[in-house]
Order: sequence, then C-alpha cells, then structure tokens
Amino acid sequence: MNEDITKLEKIASQVRRDIVRMVHACQSGHPGGSLGCTEYFVALYFSAMERKEGFDINGIGEDIFFLSNGHISPVFYSTLARAGYFGVSELATFRQINSRLQGHPTTHEGLPGIRVASGSLGQGLSVAIGAARAKKLNNDNHLVYVLMGDGEQQEGQIWEAAMYAPFNKVDNLIATIDYNGQQIDGSTEQVLSLGNLRAKWEAFGWDVLEMKGNVMSEVLAGLAEAKSRTGKGKPVLILMKTEMGNGVDFMMGSHKWHGVAPNDEQLAAALAQLEETLGDY
Amino acid sequence: MKKYTYTDKKDTRSGFGAGLLEVGRKNENVVALCADLIGSLKMNDFIKEFPERFFQVGIAEANMMGIAAGLTIGGKIPYTGTFANFSTGRVYDQIRQSIAYSDKNVKICASHAGLTLGEDGATHQILEDIGLMKMLPGMTVINPCDYNQTKAATIAIADHHGPVYLRFGRPVVPIFTAPDQKFEIGKAWMVNEGKDVSIFATGHLVWEAIQAGEQLAEMGIDAEIINIHTIKPLDEEAILKSVAKTGCVVTAEEHNRLGGLGDSVAQVLAKNNPTPQEYVAVNDSFGESGTPAQLMEKYGLNAANIVAAVQRVIKRK
Repeated sequence: MNEDITKLEKIASQVRRDIVRMVHACQSGHPGGSLGCTEYFVALYFSAMERKEGFDINGIGEDIFFLSNGHISPVFYSTLARAGYFGVSELATFRQINSRLQGHPTTHEGLPGIRVASGSLGQGLSVAIGAARAKKLNNDNHLVYVLMGDGEQQEGQIWEAAMYAPFNKVDNLIATIDYNGQQIDGSTEQVLSLGNLRAKWEAFGWDVLEMKGNVMSEVLAGLAEAKSRTGKGKPVLILMKTEMGNGVDFMMGSHKWHGVAPNDEQLAAALAQLEETLGDY
Repeated sequence: MKKYTYTDKKDTRSGFGAGLLEVGRKNENVVALCADLIGSLKMNDFIKEFPERFFQVGIAEANMMGIAAGLTIGGKIPYTGTFANFSTGRVYDQIRQSIAYSDKNVKICASHAGLTLGEDGATHQILEDIGLMKMLPGMTVINPCDYNQTKAATIAIADHHGPVYLRFGRPVVPIFTAPDQKFEIGKAWMVNEGKDVSIFATGHLVWEAIQAGEQLAEMGIDAEIINIHTIKPLDEEAILKSVAKTGCVVTAEEHNRLGGLGDSVAQVLAKNNPTPQEYVAVNDSFGESGTPAQLMEKYGLNAANIVAAVQRVIKRK
C-alpha cells in the first residue's frame, strides 16, 4: 500500500507540473481547481476505477467518469494523457487553435477519454445519472463517477438531479463535490453560501461521506469506502475538502488563482516546488 | 389539383405515441423519458409494454435532457417527451452542450407546438422552437403534417444517428398521408405539382395549403405544394427545382416568421435563385388563449391567408 501511495504521489507531482505548464503556455485556463483535484484524479484513474484498455465512448464493462466542472480541464487532460488515452506531447496544444484539448472538455474533436462536453455548469450529474441507468439496463455492474464543483452547487439543475437519483435508487453512482470553498468572485460564503451541504444532500436521500482531497492515502481510502457503499439502494456522495491551488504555495487557498495563468517567474517558482517524476511533455 | 380527402382525424401527438410503441418493439435500445406529461404525449402504450425502458423524471426538464444524454453512453436511443416549449427554450443550454455539441443520439420529441395548443395561451405556445433548434449545429429538425407522417417519422429517426428535434401538436387534424409510408429525413414530399407558384408548407399548415390549392385551382392558379417536413437538413434541390418552374414562393408554418421555415427557404433562394417570397407565419408576436381555429384565423395561418399570400406573390413575379 505504501509503495502504491508513493507511486501515485509521484504521478500527482507530474500532473501538477503539467497543469501549471499547460496554463502558462497558453496564458489562460484554470490552475487553482485543477491543482486542488490532482490527488482525486490520480487516485481515480490509477487506482480506483476499473478501466479497459483503449477508449470506447460507451464504456460498457468498465467504470466511467464525468467531469461536470469542465473548467478544471488541465488536470483532466494531464491525467488522461498520463493514463495513456493519448500522447503527453499533445498537452502542449491545450487551448490552442486546431487542438483536441479545448478550453473546456468536449467530445467534438474526438479526444479519447471524454464522453460529454462540460463547462456550462450544473449538467454533469444528470448525464452521469443517465449513464448509470444505461449501465443497469445493460446489466453492466460497473460504476459511474462524476466530479462537480462546490460553486456549481448554486445551479438549479444539480438539485433536480439530486432529487431524482435517490428516488430511483441509482446506487451505481459516486458523485464527488470539490469542496474548496472558492468561486470566481470570492469565497462561496461571500458569494452565495452553500449552507450545510452535507445536511442538504442527506436530506435528498444520498449516502454522504467526507474525505480530505489533498492527502493521497485519504483519497484512496475515501474512494474505497464510497465504492463499498454502492449497490445498497442509495447514490453515494463524497464531500471532498480540498485546497484550491494545492501544491504550489503562492496559489494555495485563494480564489485568485481560479482562472489566472502564472507568468514566467511564477511558473519557475511553481515548478521548483513540484518534482518532475515522469518526464515533462 | 390532386384530390386529397380524409376519413379520419387524429392528433399528431397520437402518431408519436403509436410510432414510439412500434419503434420500441423494433429496437430494444429505444428508451423513453417524460417530464410529468405522459398522457399529453401519448406515451402510455410504450410504458405499459416496456416499463423498464421508461424513465419518469418529474417536472425537471433540464435533468431529463442530461439523463437522456447520459443514456446514449451505453448505446441507448432516448426519446424525451414534453411540450415544445419545455423541450427547447427551457432547456436550450442543456441541449446545446450535453446533446448537440456532444453529438448525443437523443430524440427530442415535442408536443403542443405552436398556436394550436390553444386555450393554455402564450406561456405554452412556443413559436420560436424551430429557429432555436435549427441553429444548433448537427441538429435535425422535423415537423410532420399528420398522424401517419408523425408516426413514420418517430420510427425513422431511430435509424438516424445524431440529435433530432421532432415537433408535433395537440389538436386533431385530418389524416391525409399514407398509413404505411416510408419517412425519409430531409426529403421533401411533393403534394401537388403545379406551375404558377410554389407553396412550401410544414406541419399543420400542409393541410391548409391543400385547402388553399383547391381554392386557387378554382381561380385558375395552378399551385405546386410541397411538404417540407424536414426543416433541417433542408431539401434544397426540391426547393430550387420547384422555384425554377414557378418563379414565386409562399412559405407556410405555425411559427414566428423570424427563424422558421420561411427564413430557411429564403436563404436558399437568396444564394441560388433570388425569387419573390411571401410568408404565412406569425408576425413576430406571442400567441394568446383561444380555440385552435380562432387562433389560426387571428394570427393569419389558415388557407385563406395562404390564398392571399399567393395572390400577392404572383403579382411580384
């Protein structure tokens, strides 16, 4: 287990390097949330999910993942590339003309690993529920994962979906909220308080657990616990406490790095804190 | 003028219900969703036969569109059912991102379109839906004219991979197309060959165009009538061939004159063969409560309006 954690932490360090380099190269994109969710993505794709070789959009016979808060595409793209869905050299094309790595994820350019477009917020949970129901119809007992933002909880569609899934016993679904307390205009408490998120989701009928999102061992344990709670009649929700910008000291804990790219000096300062473990793209 | 008669009248939404049941029997991947309007959408027969392939989502249309998009991931062919207003304007961004941009094989089936929804009034009478849907890249837009054609279209769209907007209505209207017709997406249907004017009609207005054609024949005007059941992709070849012969056009639709069939036809003509055109459509306004017949008269959408438009456009040749 410890060896596995060390291996995953090394991957996470490289993914963080990819994120800041990608955002720096095109001078746009969203580093803060990407850095905060790095452990989650790495744990999911390199440990928790049962994945098949290659990519089939229908994902039959394997676990599948949806990113609802599509603006954290850098961490998604880096993870997909490092997991072998496409070559890491393509990360250099992020947000540039004629790239498959659009600012927000899309199926439109046929990038392996992406199953639906996201970016306009609030839609991913509904899509994940649909995919989970399709799995049941297909007698496919694999799981569907979806990640949402916490600011995204302000979208009404989330609560339509939150009401639907428990009533219909969609228990092959693990939704996670990136609970970093930040959104573009400030903290979620300042902009529009989410109140007691745990109580809200429990009141809707979800099986809710909490985990620390920036400690690899805790993410692995949290995902394992969530998995053990599937198939019991309730959808599962993980409240994942993260720190926006985690891993780069001057980006941590502030909404200011939600959608801002580092300059050359900041990039150098960030990379000095992140070990190159798998080779930069 | 070719003679069209009918022995029965039914609502086009019942054609959808019958088609859904039949396509459900033919294709086990077909699933259906509804947002608390099962009876209005005539989905009961499908639900009775395939309860496990039906999803009641409640009054939550945004969630319905997302779930439909998700169901395609796994190979399902979802048919969503609600009123046209709630199938389009209410959920435009969900359709745009999760369905159209994501190229999902969802069939958005919309009843109670246009003024003929009647007494419920303008909150429910969407007259902008064809425009909204045709502007989405990759979206197919179909507006069949009677029960039989709606049934055939409902069955045919399962074999087309990609998002489809299928628009139909509430009132009972004459059944004048063949019961066992083969529906070809994007292929206009020649209702009557003529030489003096081209009438391009869609949906409920096709029957009105036939009535108009008979009146015009008595006046010595030989009208060509074409049923444009597919607004996107538009059968440009049929339109241009007809116009080359007649030299003038009337378009007829139960929709705002902005953004509907008329504008699609005008664009084809402007590029290829500029031709005088008159619109029979709602003149950029909302509807109101009333019976379907009263509304069609007040908003200028019946056979008499088509006749008047023909008389105007022939003078412009």
